[in-house]
Formats: sequence, C-alpha cells, structure tokens
Amino acid sequence: MSELKVPTMAELMASGQQPDVLFWVGCAGSFDDRAKKITRAFVKILNKAGINFAVLGTEESCTGDPAKRAGNEFLFQMQAMGNIQILNTYEIKSIVTTCPHCFNTLKNEYPELGGNYEVKHHSEFLQELINDGKLTIEGGTFKGKKITFHDPCYLGRANDVYEAPRLLIEKLDAELVEMKRCKSNGLCCGAGGAQMFKETEKGDKEINVERTEEALELKPEIIATGCPFCMTMMTDGIKTKDKEVDVKVYDLAELIAEANDL
Amino acid sequence: MNISIIAFIVLLIVSLGLFAKNVRTIIRNINLGKALDRNDNKGERFSLMAKVAFGQSKMQARPVVGVLHFIVYAGFIIINLEVLEIVLDGLLGTHRLFAPLGSLYTFLISSFEILALLVLIACVIFLIRRNVLRIKRFFNLEMDGWPRTDANLILITEVLLMSAFILMNAVDAQLQNIGNSHYTNVGDFPISNLLVGMFSNASENSLVMMERGLWWFHIIGIFAFLNYLPYSKHFHILLAFPNVFYSKLTAKGQLTNMEAVKKEVELMFDPNADPYAAAPEPVGEPERFGAKDVTDLTWKQLMDAYTCTECGRCTDVCPANITGKALSPRKILMDTRDRLVEVGKGIDKNGKDFNDGKSLLRDYITEEELLACTSCNACTEACPVNNDPLSVIVDLRRFLIMEESKAPAEWTGMLTNIENNGAPWQFAQADRLKWKDEN
Repeated sequence: MSELKVPTMAELMASGQQPDVLFWVGCAGSFDDRAKKITRAFVKILNKAGINFAVLGTEESCTGDPAKRAGNEFLFQMQAMGNIQILNTYEIKSIVTTCPHCFNTLKNEYPELGGNYEVKHHSEFLQELINDGKLTIEGGTFKGKKITFHDPCYLGRANDVYEAPRLLIEKLDAELVEMKRCKSNGLCCGAGGAQMFKETEKGDKEINVERTEEALELKPEIIATGCPFCMTMMTDGIKTKDKEVDVKVYDLAELIAEANDL
Repeated sequence: MNISIIAFIVLLIVSLGLFAKNVRTIIRNINLGKALDRNDNKGERFSLMAKVAFGQSKMQARPVVGVLHFIVYAGFIIINLEVLEIVLDGLLGTHRLFAPLGSLYTFLISSFEILALLVLIACVIFLIRRNVLRIKRFFNLEMDGWPRTDANLILITEVLLMSAFILMNAVDAQLQNIGNSHYTNVGDFPISNLLVGMFSNASENSLVMMERGLWWFHIIGIFAFLNYLPYSKHFHILLAFPNVFYSKLTAKGQLTNMEAVKKEVELMFDPNADPYAAAPEPVGEPERFGAKDVTDLTWKQLMDAYTCTECGRCTDVCPANITGKALSPRKILMDTRDRLVEVGKGIDKNGKDFNDGKSLLRDYITEEELLACTSCNACTEACPVNNDPLSVIVDLRRFLIMEESKAPAEWTGMLTNIENNGAPWQFAQADRLKWKDEN
C-alpha cells in the first residue's frame, strides 16, 4: 500500500508554493469511516494524475450546511465567515470537493459572504481530468457490470449536474441502468436538510428504504453515488433489504480508483 | 335606450368593479410581505415566463394531462375573443356585430366551436380523474372540503359555459334557417350544426327565447366566473405569469443568506470593532429572525401562495410525503394563503394593527411537518408555476431555532458540535487529517 501524498495548505505556504486546486474534504470525508474511503480513493486518483493540490487539514471546518438547513443561520454564517477568512488568506481560487452539500454551500452561498471560488464536485473534476488526458480509465474491472446511479439532490436538482457522473460510469464500460426517478426527478435518499443528524419524523416508511427498493428493482450489481450521506443512506437501505452480499454501494471516485487498480 | 342594454351595462360595471376590488385586496395582501428585489435579469425572466407560463413547459412532465390542460388553457383564451363580440353586442344591442367579416367570421366561430368542444371533453376527463378515478394526490388531507369542491366547480362551470356557447349557436342557426331577419345568416358552424335538428320543431318565439336565454346565461356565467377567480385556486390563470416572471433564478440549492444575521456576524469578525462599545440604538422594530406568520415572509412567497393551483405535483414527489410523513409542500402554500386571507380580512375589519393572536406557525403548520423536510427541491422542480414551498419551510425553521431555540435534541447536539469542534459529530478538529494515515 503506497503512502498517500496529501500536502496541507500550511505546508505549501511554508515552502512558498500554491496548489492548483484545494481539495475540500468535508466533515463526512474526514470522520465518517465509510466516507474516509471515498476521500482516500479520490486522493489516490489525484496522486496518480499528478495533480498539484492541497487540503486545509486541521484548518478545515464544517461549511455550515447542516446548521443552515436546520434553520440556524447564525451558526452557518459564523462557520462561513471563518472558512472564508482562511480560504482568502491562502488566496484559494479553485476548490474540488467529494461532498455535494459542501459543493453547494461553497459554490452558491459563500460568494455573498465574500468567498468567491471556482467550485467543482469531484465528478466534474474527474471528467475534466479524463477530457484533458490526465486520467485514463481501464474498463476491465467493471466491464458489463450493471450500475445504477443515485443522483444526490445537492448535485443534481440543486446544481444541475447530471451528466458528469454518468459519463464516468460509461467510461468504466459498465452498463448504466436508470431508475424511474432519476436526474431532475431523482428521489432523495432521506439525509438532506439536516435529516442525517436526527431521527426521522413519524411515517410509514423510511425514505432510504423506498429509494433502495427502487434501485433494487433494476437488479444492479452496484449502486453508484457521489455523496457521503447518500452513501450512508443507500448502504443502510441495502442492509435493511438483506442485499449486502449481492449489491454494493460505491462512490464514483472509488469506482475509478478501483478500475485503475489504485 | 333598450332595457336589456341598460341591464347589460349595469351587469358589466358591477362585475368589473367587484373584480377590481377583490384583485386590489389580493395585491394589498401580497404587499404585506417583506421587500425582495426580483427586478434583475429582465431578459431571462421574460424568456422563463414565455416558456413556463405561456408555454406551460413544466406541465408537460406528465404528457397526457399536460396536453389536456393546454387545450383548456389555449381554448379558454382564444374562445374569449368571442366574449369581445358578446360584450359589444350587449352594449350596442346588436347581434353578431362582427358578422360582416364574412368568411373570416365563419372561420373564427368555427374554430371557437371546435376548441369549445375540446375544452368540454378535457374538462369532462378532468372531472372523471378527480371523481371517478380518484387520483391519489387529490385526496390528501389538505384537499378535504373546499379545495376539492373548488376544483369541481371550476370544471363544471367550464363545461356549462362551453355547452351554452355551442347550444346558443345551434339555436341561432335554426333561427337563420327559418329566416328570422334579426339573425344574420353567417353560415354553418361545425359543432352546433350537428345539434340544429334538436330545435327543428320549436316555434320561432320559443327559439328566440332560448337563444336570448343562452346568450344571457353564457355572459352572466362569464362575469360570475370572473368574480369567482379571486376566491379560487383558479386565480392561477392570472398570477401564473407574474409568479413565473419573478421566479428565483439562482441555483435551486442556494438558500438566502439572511442580511440581519450577516450584519451581526460581520461585526463579530471585524478586528476593528470595539468590543466594549454600547450596542447601537435599535431603529424601529427589532427584526424577527425567520418567519412566524405570513407577514414575516416576502411578497414573493405570498404571491406563490395565491398562485398555487393545488395540483399536488409537489406533494406527489415529496420524499417525506411519499413515506407517510405529515409534510405536504402543497399544504404549506395553501396554509400560507389561507392565513394571509385571514390576516387580510382582519386588517379590513380592525385596521392595520390587527392581531388575532394566531400565526402561520402552529395554528396552521406544525413543527412535525417542518422537521420532515429533506430540502431536496423535488417540490420546486415539480411545480408548474415555479412556486418555492421549500423557502417557506426554511424560514419557519429559522424562527423555530433562532427565536425559540426549539430543535430536536439531536439537532441541538449537532449544532453544538459544529460550534465547538467544527463538525456535526463530536470529533476533534485536530483529528481532521487522520484519514490520511488510516487504511
């Protein structure tokens, strides 16, 4: 297992360097055991493609998204202003993140507060690497495998990114199958709007089970997604339906890293 | 002056006057909302309005209903050109004033008849969907009572108006056939022509009575319908256009950054601010964080509420509603409208400082509903008139948390974690890079 190269902004600054892009890891990517694997997979790809990137490391803090969606605008703006101060001090121009919630907040809600960056979700970033010839995908591992893509709300409807994730799956030579509710009609996994951090309200079904059942109707081998929270919800859904052996849930970054044997 | 002309003038003035008064009340109520600037990007707004309101692009997501609705919409607008002639005939005591247009006239009325028949068929299908097939989304709790009656009344009225129009032409044709001099020969119209036979045995006198009766029924029906609009979800036929024009143009995922909060946070981050300075004298009422009642919402959110057609597409795609939670985005906007109407009536009766001790939050919308939202934007995507129920939900949540400090215990924990260690979970910020060395 080769060592990951993960320079921090502080280190680069000390040696007088500036990265081309900042990788915003996010709280889930930093602390959630499953999401950390996504983070590592993405870094492996960045390392392989020789991208000059950095992370904030211990200087990164929650974007404030769950606080804002729960209704605590005060805490959100405190977080945002703090992060913007750090990002602007480091003169960050370009950010990539593996979390659609961070992506949405950084991209859409920070500019009014003084944080103007070019922000990309990792699916868009990876697609550009492929387009620029900096990354090639070996099709072998997933050739002909049936993969369905669950659109994260904060990537899809919230920001109209539907194609980049699908192009990546097609590059794997996999068979992309679509759920009935996909793209702009995609059904939420149930985690958004700070639902991730509380019990659900009274109802007759869990949203993640409803969504997982829809995915399972297609009999896929893999459910792909591009969000650490969707990852949790879909993985739990698969467990609830006792399908963990037959169906795996992967992030796009993991699929590409694995295809390239990273 | 002819007595029927006088009757018509009185009817016209009364119905237009009453309609104007009710529309003014609605505009006044919408303006009870907070200021919001939506006058930017006019070009983009016009093209959005052309596409979504005139072109009904979002209705076509469900193609069968989309086409039927388009027929009713286009039919209704085009057939209303005929109303111009009817009104002028009423004012001048003439009959078929535009008949001298000759074959063009025959062509126009023939097209109106075909459209009228299509509208009639579409409305009957809509009635069947609502009352026989009982489509699920028309039977959510918030649809009980008036909302369902309202929808049926609209459809029945349209069926009656279209029937009167066609029957009137049929009787008229029979009067032409028997050579009544008042009834100008205008040729055959395709639909009414099929019905002329029904009247072949009627006397000239009773035919004239029937024709006049249908004519008055039709025009009184139109005036009555006009005045029904302000009390009905059918008001969307007018408000859909400005409502789409003033849509939110930014990314769906973007929530507003509250200005009042921004001022305070900026002060806290300002290294030059004097920490011991006395708080500035508050100017006017202290601003409320978030929304408790309709007057805390923006005028656009209130316009959304009046524009809502109660079609329920939002609720139909809401993940919370699909899985049996109490939340229905349609109910959020219907409640907003009903509360606004209540506040408006209170102001009419008791003046501007009216306070009935009630509020949108709790008296109409419960915390349970608000807490069920995943902010996924399925509702805003589905809405054919670009309403934004999510923004109302978020503003009510803001009031709950920032003014009342009311949050589920787990949220309080999550918020405390963000405050203390910069993550929604209880992990130290110093550990943020540990993933690097794990496997």
